[in-house]
Amino acid sequence: MSDTLLKISRLGKRFGGFVALDGIDLEVRRGERLGLIGPNGSGKSTLVNCISGVLRNETGSVTFDGQPLDRLATYQRTRLGIARSFQLPRPFRSMTVTQNLRIPLLYTVNARSTRRMTETAIAARCEELLRVVGLSAKADRRPRDLTQIEMRKLELARALAADPKLLIADESMAGLSHSEVDEILELLHSLITQGITVILIEHIMRAVMSFSERLVVLVAGKKIADGDPQEVIRHPEVERAYLGE
Amino acid sequence: MRNSTFWIWTAVFVAVIFALSRVVTNDYFFFAAYLVLQYIVLATAWNILGGYTGYVNFGVAGFFAAGAYCSVVLHKIWGPPIPVLILVGGVVAGLIGLCMGYLTLRIRGVFFGIATLALAIVIQTFITNWDYVGGSRGVYIIRPAQAPLVGSYIQYLYLIMLAMAGLSVAIARTIEHSTLGYGLATVRDDEQSAEASGVPTLRLKLISTTLSGALMGMAGAPLPYYVTYLDPASGFNLSYAVNAIAMPLIGGTSMWLGPVIGALLLGTIQQWATVTISSALNLLIVGALLVFFVVVAPNGILGLWEVRRRRRA
Amino acid sequence: MLDLLLNALSSGVLLGGFYTAVTVGMAISFGMLDIGNLAHPAFIILGSFTTYILNSRFGVDPIVAGIVVIPGFLVLGALIYETYHWSFERRGEEGLRGLSFFFGLLFITEVSLILIFGVDYRFVEAAYIGPTIHIGLVDLPLRMLVPCVVSLVMIAVLQGFLSRTFIGRAILAVSQDGAALRLMAVSPTQVKRVAFALSIGTAAVAGACLIIIQPVEPSIGRDYIGRVFAVTVMGGMGSFPGMVIAAMLLGIVESLTATFYGPSWAPAVSFGFLLLTLAFRPSGIMGR
Repeated sequence: MSDTLLKISRLGKRFGGFVALDGIDLEVRRGERLGLIGPNGSGKSTLVNCISGVLRNETGSVTFDGQPLDRLATYQRTRLGIARSFQLPRPFRSMTVTQNLRIPLLYTVNARSTRRMTETAIAARCEELLRVVGLSAKADRRPRDLTQIEMRKLELARALAADPKLLIADESMAGLSHSEVDEILELLHSLITQGITVILIEHIMRAVMSFSERLVVLVAGKKIADGDPQEVIRHPEVERAYLGE
Repeated sequence: MRNSTFWIWTAVFVAVIFALSRVVTNDYFFFAAYLVLQYIVLATAWNILGGYTGYVNFGVAGFFAAGAYCSVVLHKIWGPPIPVLILVGGVVAGLIGLCMGYLTLRIRGVFFGIATLALAIVIQTFITNWDYVGGSRGVYIIRPAQAPLVGSYIQYLYLIMLAMAGLSVAIARTIEHSTLGYGLATVRDDEQSAEASGVPTLRLKLISTTLSGALMGMAGAPLPYYVTYLDPASGFNLSYAVNAIAMPLIGGTSMWLGPVIGALLLGTIQQWATVTISSALNLLIVGALLVFFVVVAPNGILGLWEVRRRRRA
Repeated sequence: MLDLLLNALSSGVLLGGFYTAVTVGMAISFGMLDIGNLAHPAFIILGSFTTYILNSRFGVDPIVAGIVVIPGFLVLGALIYETYHWSFERRGEEGLRGLSFFFGLLFITEVSLILIFGVDYRFVEAAYIGPTIHIGLVDLPLRMLVPCVVSLVMIAVLQGFLSRTFIGRAILAVSQDGAALRLMAVSPTQVKRVAFALSIGTAAVAGACLIIIQPVEPSIGRDYIGRVFAVTVMGGMGSFPGMVIAAMLLGIVESLTATFYGPSWAPAVSFGFLLLTLAFRPSGIMGR
């Protein structure tokens, strides 16, 4: 089993005449804590969408755990072990919080293994996930009854329920308070100890710097830096991208 | 509603209806009841794709008439018993649903709705130009003199439709509580999010269109024997779509009981209006009720009841 | 044979011109505002019947009648938009229930017309219904030429309105980005209301054109649902030039089909077009 979990080669994506991603090369090792930053519109979400299959890249390839992803639909990539949380939380509004967690269990975990989870096991796992993210009290509520941070936690819980090898957390901390950010960070750290690889996409520099062991910077669809976080943020191009000319 | 409760009530309902059929001698009752039961099937079938999965089907008539015209063809060739006709009608309509789904489900919901209408009209145009089944002039079907189980053929048709109504409701209810039902709900709520959670949305949508179409085709299979004269204008009438949509939306789309309530209510009102006033008026009533409920009470009668229940608690 | 072909082509072009009038309302409501107004054809038939009343009772020329009732239709459009916005758009639930709302309106309109006018075909009388211009092998019936010209004039007027006036440009803007409008202190809802009202207003003129071309009875609106959507989608959803091309294409193919295969195949043409476009190129001919 090789060390590389996710390998992106010369990935390109255009929307009409606009080049969103211009030949991105990126390798993510198993268990790595990768931070991904970049100004708005630099292509971060497009990259996530290409990895998860929401968008099809025109050029280049994405390989996950040795398997090329090019022909696979989103749900198949999820079943392979890629989980992502959405920037704007997208829970299933007609279902309770617990039922929201059942979906990945029924459709990803159960679809993968030959040993399907029983109803009791599913219920127990939902309870456990809710406890881990701190949403036990809201188990039977609808998403419209949740606060901002609770929605973010539900979003992460749903990604976790899919039992992923790789979690891409897409701006899960936007708009949260200082202590709330710490809560999410703690959660992400606990995932690392469980062996899950995490790509953290954030604008909150404090969080990115404290979490990442490696930092990648995207500007206008190109990767301009990739390495140790402390060195990367002192990179002149990175400074220019954030502070302007 | 717990399983045991549901089956007890179903048994009671079926027993009462069956007893009525033994007691009532006026054939008109069976004519009217057949129609209402037919609408239970259509409304329930529509709701599987509409209420559960979130895709609007305006081409109800296409599937329904496909079942009816399959029966016409088989009747001319060989004349098999109705259960066979129902099976064939279901399979053919199901295949149509599968093809249509495959062509159109990759695109946004609104376009899907329009495409269903387009499909129904294309099918209608083909049937209108097909002389073997009578073309635009229509075709006459003679009811067999003897009915298998009971006395009059109308009573037999009524029992058949009763069985189908029960079957469709049972299917709907089973879906509701199953993994498939949860999956369909995620397709309705947010397809992309569903895919991200591992739901194979395209496959589920195809299952939904096929099943929904098949049930509609099955409901249409006995039609030629019921009306004895079938032409494309009546078989493909847009009123089937209005009814199949209005009944679940008025009754409530969240569970199997909604389409049943809607069908019973609207079906009865329409029968009464046709007899007492005019048949054009009953379509006006359906249209007006549809618009009214959709604007004022979007969750239907079930929704209103739910609100009342929560206020009391 | 050649004259049959040439006439089929010329009728197709004239028909296509008329189809632009039929469709422009949808191009606005569906193409620009993203409102799936299935009932649009019913409003066109309503326009035909109001023209009929004014023409048969008061002897008003059909085109004039169509123009005269525009204000009434504008008000109707505004009212419908208000209901739609209040019930659905606001809550973001345009999907299933929004479509069913319009479907219900389609029915209510059609059945009301049946109850008032019955199912008989109605027609209008005017000086230009009857005579035909002959150019070589080609016959141009005035009853088709006049509506075609009127339709294209209406499109040109609308195009001018949309690109030259403030409200017009606001309408074009709202179809792209409602948020940007708010920054300009213009309420997107107001703009959409005007646009939707306009779309229903076009139905008045389209209805007048229709009843000049052929006799009308309440349920023929259903034949137009497919045409209207087919042209809107093929034309690229809101692009006027695309819409004209698509309308012409549809008119010509329908005319050729009717001439060489029989008129009973005509409905399949538009709906077939629609299905093919949706299956293979949902962004239409002009793309978006």
